[in-house]
Amino acid sequence: MEILEEKKNKNKPYKPILDGIPDWPVYQLSKNRKEFLDEVTRKSIDRILELRPTRKQLIDELEATVYREQNRIKRNRWRVDPKDDSRFWSTTKNDLVEASARINDASDKTHEEILKRIVDRYANEIAGNFKPNSYRLTRELLKIWFSRLLNGSRVKKFGAFFRHQYTLRDKIQIVGKVKQLRKLAKKGTVVMVPTHFSNLDSILIGWVIHSLGLPAFIYGAGLNLFNIKIFAYFMNSLGAYKVDRRKKNLPYLETLKMYSNLAIQKGGHSLFFPGGTRSRSGLIEKQLKLGLLSTAIEAQRNLYVENPDAEEVRKIFIVPVSLNYNFVLEAPDLIEDYLHAKGQDKYFPEQDKYGSVQLLKFLFKFFTKGSNISVSIGPALDVIGNYVDEEGHSVDNHGRLIHTKDYFISSGQISKDKQREDEYTRMLSQKIVNEYHRINRVFASHLAAFIAFEMWQRKFPKLDLFGLLRLPEEDLEIDYNEFRETFKRVRKRIYELHDQEKVYFATHLKGKVDSVLKLGIENVGIFHLKRPLLFNKKGNIITKDLTVLYYYHNRLVGYDLEQLI
Amino acid sequence: MTLNSLSDKPVGVIGAGNFGSVIANILAINRRVILFARDEAVVKSIATTRLHLGYIMNENIEPTHDLAYLASQCDVIFPMVPSAHFREMMKKLSPYLHPYHILIHGTKGFDITLPEGQSIESVTTLTREQVKTMSEVIQEESVVVRVGCLAGPNLAKELAQRQPGATVVASHFNEVKQVGKKLLRNDRFQVYENNDIVGVEIAGVLKNIIAIASGALSGLGYGENAKGLLISRGAVEMVYLGRALGGDLKAFLGVAGIGDLVTTCNSPMSRNFTVGYRLAKGEKLDVILSDMKEVAEGINTVRIAKKCADHYKVRALITDRLYKVLFEGMTVEVALEFLMRYPLNVDIDFI
Repeated sequence: MEILEEKKNKNKPYKPILDGIPDWPVYQLSKNRKEFLDEVTRKSIDRILELRPTRKQLIDELEATVYREQNRIKRNRWRVDPKDDSRFWSTTKNDLVEASARINDASDKTHEEILKRIVDRYANEIAGNFKPNSYRLTRELLKIWFSRLLNGSRVKKFGAFFRHQYTLRDKIQIVGKVKQLRKLAKKGTVVMVPTHFSNLDSILIGWVIHSLGLPAFIYGAGLNLFNIKIFAYFMNSLGAYKVDRRKKNLPYLETLKMYSNLAIQKGGHSLFFPGGTRSRSGLIEKQLKLGLLSTAIEAQRNLYVENPDAEEVRKIFIVPVSLNYNFVLEAPDLIEDYLHAKGQDKYFPEQDKYGSVQLLKFLFKFFTKGSNISVSIGPALDVIGNYVDEEGHSVDNHGRLIHTKDYFISSGQISKDKQREDEYTRMLSQKIVNEYHRINRVFASHLAAFIAFEMWQRKFPKLDLFGLLRLPEEDLEIDYNEFRETFKRVRKRIYELHDQEKVYFATHLKGKVDSVLKLGIENVGIFHLKRPLLFNKKGNIITKDLTVLYYYHNRLVGYDLEQLI
Repeated sequence: MTLNSLSDKPVGVIGAGNFGSVIANILAINRRVILFARDEAVVKSIATTRLHLGYIMNENIEPTHDLAYLASQCDVIFPMVPSAHFREMMKKLSPYLHPYHILIHGTKGFDITLPEGQSIESVTTLTREQVKTMSEVIQEESVVVRVGCLAGPNLAKELAQRQPGATVVASHFNEVKQVGKKLLRNDRFQVYENNDIVGVEIAGVLKNIIAIASGALSGLGYGENAKGLLISRGAVEMVYLGRALGGDLKAFLGVAGIGDLVTTCNSPMSRNFTVGYRLAKGEKLDVILSDMKEVAEGINTVRIAKKCADHYKVRALITDRLYKVLFEGMTVEVALEFLMRYPLNVDIDFI
């Protein structure tokens, strides 16, 4: 029987590119935390006053902010919210009301003072706190714990629990432009932008960064994650800063962007999920949030402005990363959210149903059963979206070198043009989306899910998506041979796409069609209670949960494979 | 924004055809212009006689045959080259371009890239992957991102006589629109702005189809009712096609859409109109083409638009009939009869 194992990672664990933690940018930032936050506050306030130049506009903005914040406290409270949240905002509201009596007094500075108070609070809320000792401890804990678990479950011999035969590296494959990433992290500042499917991404990517020998990154993580204690512990010690998606008011957004902007400018390797939130539909992100992305461009421009005569300044590299799973823990809830929103565009509060216990259970399953994860590191881009070579020089389609600085030059001078940079952000985001599709790694399970769902859709051409999903699962069955033929056809197309550099695939996809197909079907959403795909007694393909199958199917939408079904 | 130093540097124009020469003259009112001509003889004759295609060329215009020189001297460049040569020109220009360059083109045609061994005659349908607007060609072939386009009722002869006229500068970049406006605007030439560059480009391209049809009606001897019918239905068809190709409705209602459409459909001097006119008079396409000096963009556009319409399943009756007239030997009368009998009575259904 053929073994459908991934190729082993030949190379040994990567050596750290910087020796000691004190050399790490993230450490430097946290050491000067107070000064850094003061700068964030100061510059955010400048920016906000620039955007709301008149007094009237500032007052409107402050009132809107207070109103929204009080609304949030009333409607959608989280465990991580500070204890004095409601006191702070009601005091601020009172101060605002009082100040409105002096609205015509030009010398009155109450509003500026209130703004400062708010921004200061936000900056402290957002700021991460990287502690070297706790980082080291967490890292060691993770390593020991993971490898014990792995060896204990896989090598079925007495005493295996203490062996080092398997490591996390066998379970999680890192492929793609690793060498380039390591090299560029020494030359410039890396901004890593992974796809986002699961809450586990945050921890996974932390481990990836460490195992590639890179210093800890400055991390934008959803505040909701900090509700879960075990996550909160990891994230805090990994140096994460907090992104609170409930807060959409201008002062908050500007403070958040300034935090990221300054951190990048100061050379802190950063990471955020540009999709903004987990992909609800299971589709690879098509639309990115431009706010944080724009901070990379702004930071690069500022570096040029501040060093006008320098030949080349510290360059910022954008590195797209695609995380590929057979199984996404939250899939059933995510897809439900998605369908709910699609059916009627309603707001739904974000809830995480998975506490620490569920996560540990999942991790245990993950390590004891055969389900691999792969992480594809994409080629690095400059802030406009041009590829860069090994040395970090931007290169155009024809292999000619480009000076990134020239993008910020107007009539011979470096200039700041907000609208232009918005446009660059849009271009960069488009490029990242394209890269996501290109570096996406197709698993057998992705292919099986895609084909099965499309085949069922084909069988009921009159039904729209919602109609299809309402069909009783018992009515759905695909003949094995029919499925097999389609599987072969689509797999061939994946190979072609790969030759055109439009997608990657996992090595296990290349095996004999029957075994690959079996592997695929057995791994689609492997740990769900109701399995999205199964064989029945006749050996045909059935589903127990069409909605979740739809979720896994979506992963391969966007490659025009539908026409092959 | 630092526009003040704009006047120090000369502005480049590539292509010394009708439109290129007139635009160069407009630009040259207040500043130096470097005009690239493919033909060395033209460069010489402009430099010595200051006469070209019947226009008197402004003293501020420096003709050249050297793209590298032009790109090194000018930050802002106006390519005014027929679509059939546009990509080739960009390939030559590209090595000298940098991200700080601004390119504003005035070409109203599509570029097509086909797999090897295929020709425009042999493919049955075309997708947006294969059909590109000029701004997309610029971005594919060079590092320039600050791209804009000019479109609108700009008959070269009228502009040369300083009759009132207007144009749209379309770009995603405010900077480009401002630059275009500043450079082109004068007391006889109004400049409007639009964000939807692709929409504006497509509107400018597609109107050439209707212009041929308008010429054909004229050649058959029909009057203003027929023309009114054609223009309004033509506009609807442009909207449908334009949307399928990625343009926004608004571009088609503006100066570059309706404005340009009405102008070209009423202008016997336009090349596209002439093609239609002579077709209706019973002449054959190859005969007409053989004695035209400059390209009538519309002919190729009909071919491309028809194949796109087939691919995206857009109903484009006028384009479709025109295709049959141009390439399949249908007579203009038969095509017209078909259109008049077609059972479709909804006036407007896209707003």
